[in-house]
Amino acid sequence: MTAVAVPGRFVRHSGFLTVRSVRALIRQPWYMAVTLVQPIVWLLLFGQLFKSVVDIPGFATGGTYLEFITPGVIVMTSLFSSGWAGTVYIEDMNRGVMDRLLASPVSRGAMMVATLVYQSITTVIQSLAVFAIAFACGARFDGAASGIVLTLVAVSLLTVIFAALSNAVALLVRQQEALIGISQFISLPLPFLSSAIMNTRLSPAWVRHVASYNPVDWVVVVSRQALSGSPDWGAAGPRLAALAGLAVLMAWVATRAFDGYQKSV
Amino acid sequence: MTALLRTPTVDTEIALDARELVKTYPGGRGKPPVRALDGLSVQVAAGSVFGLLGPNGAGKSTTVKILTTLSRADSGRASVAGVDVTLHPDQVRRAIGLVSQKPSSDPMATGRENLVLAARIQGLSRRAAHARADELFDRFGLSDAADRLVKTYSGGMARKLDVAIGLIHRPQVLFLDEPTTGLDPEARADMWAEIARLAADEAMTVLLTTHYLDEADHLAHRLAIVDRGRIVAEGTPDELKSELHGDTVHVEFDNSETAAAAQRLIEQMSGLDGVVADGLALHARADLGGRAVPVLLSALDEAGLAVASVTIARPSLDDVYLRHAGRRFEGDHS
Repeated sequence: MTAVAVPGRFVRHSGFLTVRSVRALIRQPWYMAVTLVQPIVWLLLFGQLFKSVVDIPGFATGGTYLEFITPGVIVMTSLFSSGWAGTVYIEDMNRGVMDRLLASPVSRGAMMVATLVYQSITTVIQSLAVFAIAFACGARFDGAASGIVLTLVAVSLLTVIFAALSNAVALLVRQQEALIGISQFISLPLPFLSSAIMNTRLSPAWVRHVASYNPVDWVVVVSRQALSGSPDWGAAGPRLAALAGLAVLMAWVATRAFDGYQKSV
Repeated sequence: MTALLRTPTVDTEIALDARELVKTYPGGRGKPPVRALDGLSVQVAAGSVFGLLGPNGAGKSTTVKILTTLSRADSGRASVAGVDVTLHPDQVRRAIGLVSQKPSSDPMATGRENLVLAARIQGLSRRAAHARADELFDRFGLSDAADRLVKTYSGGMARKLDVAIGLIHRPQVLFLDEPTTGLDPEARADMWAEIARLAADEAMTVLLTTHYLDEADHLAHRLAIVDRGRIVAEGTPDELKSELHGDTVHVEFDNSETAAAAQRLIEQMSGLDGVVADGLALHARADLGGRAVPVLLSALDEAGLAVASVTIARPSLDDVYLRHAGRRFEGDHS
């Protein structure tokens, strides 16, 4: 195989395998519907429950809490659904699909990228649904058009990061229960260590500090800045770049996990 | 039963060559490591059907995993179609088809989508992939089901689709890892016919693993008995059976003391040899079973050892296994 053939194969195989996942998604529309229940509950419940939080001195965002929490709900939805990404691999392992693919000349990188693209497509659909509901409930954003696009980009990168992590864990532990346990353990605290549901200006200093290293917070910051209509690029730019860098790194690391899987079979 | 298939006559090259394969898995939770392969060596001539026969855990699947590049041996060498599996795994992957133990199609895709995806990954053009898929659907009698989701297939249909996926790129070597496990008798007979046809038509090398003695007997030109990570016997089914000349005599007793006393007695008798104890039963070989049994029974009777049952049988692979592995075959017959 020549050096030129490798990227061609990677791109083609990524396409074939993405189509496989998207077809399965289209055939189970109820699955997508179920994944939308949770963000809708968060949006409506939190939006009502914490309505007056915005009145706390120092919160000062200038909008409603529903507007504040919309990026937060989008991020939490992406985080929790990408944590389940690895279950697709586990199903493939429980059947003989994983072994059959790995014994074929399939590009390992493509096997990883196809699932990440598929997860990002799901995230985009879920995020658009959350925006639609927020709008229906009266949320308004000054920078809606470009804000939505940038939010989708940032949240897709976050999806890639956590779906890659979930895939890597799946390849190494090969067990559904262990995968869910580990991914819940990692993803559950992250929204609370960010400005997803609470303005970190009102949080303890250590939370603010942790949040600055938290990719979940990076997405929330990028999204709020972009939606504000007058984005502070000094805050959003580096975070977007960090998300992109981390996404590439995680996809690479997760692809290496195929070697770990093959060592254990 | 003899192999239905013609034994390849050409003095051909070796399609599969494994030498001294060793593979150890960690035992986990304080258990000692498991030595799945303990110096297994096997050579398979191109164009033949070779059976690896042994109970679960004997090392058959581990051998398949190493030969199909899924797993790496701790030591030893292996090549498939002349290519070293460790040095050039991607070349090996183009030359082989794998039908693993578990169903290996995507249940949420149609049969056609499964076949076309496998074909495209193997580098076939879209047009060639569809043409080859139609050909295989036709061959396996799945044409009517081609555009149905695999989750609606019966077990036998799904298994045929697995074999079709393995054949999609006309591999030089096809691995069939327990192809009929879990199938009902009718579907199994059907699958046997397919495998026999396949080997005859396509001049392909097939490595078949099975824990069904009758399956190995029926399908394989040559077979090897795997026990505890090693090959303990190898030959054509007839060669292996003819090693056990004469008849096999099985005698059962009601309790272990009687069985032990009877074993001592039978070992001293002329006309019976190769005595093996297995629980409450004793197995021995006799040149002429019909002549040996009355002598045996009267000797046991004189010694006051009560017999529960006696049978005489022509040697089967079961007996070959018993002789080489030192115990009865434990595969779950059904």
